[in-house]
Amino acid sequence: MRYTEEHEWLRTEEDGTVTVGITKHAAEQLGDIVFIDLPEEGQTVAKGDEVAVIESVKAASDILAPVDGEIVEVNEALSDNPAMVNEDPLGEGWFFRMRVDDPTALADFMTEDEYKAFIG
Amino acid sequence: MAELERLALHDLHLELGARMVPFAGHEMPVQYAAGVMKEHLHVRAAAGLFDVSHMGQVRLLGAGAAEALERLVPADILGLREGRQRYGLFTAASGGILDDLMIARRPEDLFLVVNAARKEHDVAHLRAAMSGHVRVEVVTDRALLALQGPAAETALARLVPAVTSLRFMDVTQTGWEGVELWISRSGYTGEDGFEISVPEAVAERLARTLLSMDEVAPIGLGARDSLRLEAGMPLYGHDITEETSPVEADLAWSIQKVRRKGGAREGGFPGAERILRELEEGPKRRRTGILPEGRAPMREGTPLFAAAEDETPVGTITSGGFAPSLGRPVAMGYVPTPMAAPDTPVYGEVRGKRLPARTAQLPFHKPNYKR
Repeated sequence: MRYTEEHEWLRTEEDGTVTVGITKHAAEQLGDIVFIDLPEEGQTVAKGDEVAVIESVKAASDILAPVDGEIVEVNEALSDNPAMVNEDPLGEGWFFRMRVDDPTALADFMTEDEYKAFIG
Repeated sequence: MAELERLALHDLHLELGARMVPFAGHEMPVQYAAGVMKEHLHVRAAAGLFDVSHMGQVRLLGAGAAEALERLVPADILGLREGRQRYGLFTAASGGILDDLMIARRPEDLFLVVNAARKEHDVAHLRAAMSGHVRVEVVTDRALLALQGPAAETALARLVPAVTSLRFMDVTQTGWEGVELWISRSGYTGEDGFEISVPEAVAERLARTLLSMDEVAPIGLGARDSLRLEAGMPLYGHDITEETSPVEADLAWSIQKVRRKGGAREGGFPGAERILRELEEGPKRRRTGILPEGRAPMREGTPLFAAAEDETPVGTITSGGFAPSLGRPVAMGYVPTPMAAPDTPVYGEVRGKRLPARTAQLPFHKPNYKR
């Protein structure tokens, strides 16, 4: 598992795709999540693109594409039950799965220990 | 930036796990450990304690205070009976709104509660308008707590049994542990409840006593906003501003007959010409409820269109978000008067997409006042 400064987690699956979600810390900071605007499957994205939006009771926040690639699957279950992100941010509350252009790019992101230090 | 003011109950908020944010020059609890959703639902089910000490508490003293206030506010102040409170607006010469406020008639004074962000403006505005005998006194040594929800009466009556005899919009001054509490049966949530002005020195003791009761939980500004949105109540600076008139804002009910055309004290407040005309002829646009049809919230600033393909917006959302009690997004905003009829289709543009919505009558949540 790798972590971004935008509080996303990235997990490389056996088939080489990367699953993206937000960290427990981020979910706690956002508070009760009430709506998630997910990207389209098949959408090509560049690092830093706003690919999803999370709406909590209080405000909207963007989810950025962590790396260049293509969205191959989105977690449709979040449309009906966005609160899953609060309940299980690292499991059932995943956002989308990407095929990444350059798998070595993931090494630039933080390890779990580094992320823990990052959020203090 | 000016230093943020700390509330008398600051340490208690931290102890309760509050997340503090700057708001109107004060460090305010936006939520506690439970979070906005749970806090909101708790107020609807039991009772919530809010610290709203950032708001301005102002006394008008001396003969002629009511007459003088009527020159600034298009409400019937002279006809306000002792022990009663009324909602009012400071209007501008343009017919816009300078602030909204509560006005209580008490034996010794008129007691006003004004918005935190408008406190300085309102006090200067009052002082400029008050003639010789009327004094404007800003209350600086009292906190203001709100206890709101269906169990608020049960909880407060344990300390002050007399509150059971108050009805909605009644006010009283009553003793508790050697100090005087100023209590009104009113609030900003659409629930039965009370606002309690308490000397700062004992505010923490009162708050802790209430919070020790099973029914009562601390509630932050986040839930205060979602509660008032469901209750259809406007927020100054957002839903009502100097650009919106009382009639456009659907607040004509706060202008009693005696101040309207043909009334004994017709007009005589800033902007009377426009406001009285709009009361007769109707406004061009009106504040209304908006129900998004999907799950995406339509937030403040969302432009509204009459048709999905239209180029020019017809209005704007002024407050919007998720309504925990309804389990769906709700909003309010301004649309041309004909479109304000309930159930009119309207489209809000969210992140470049035109999403369907319908106009709806306010409030979204029917109030449970004790009348």
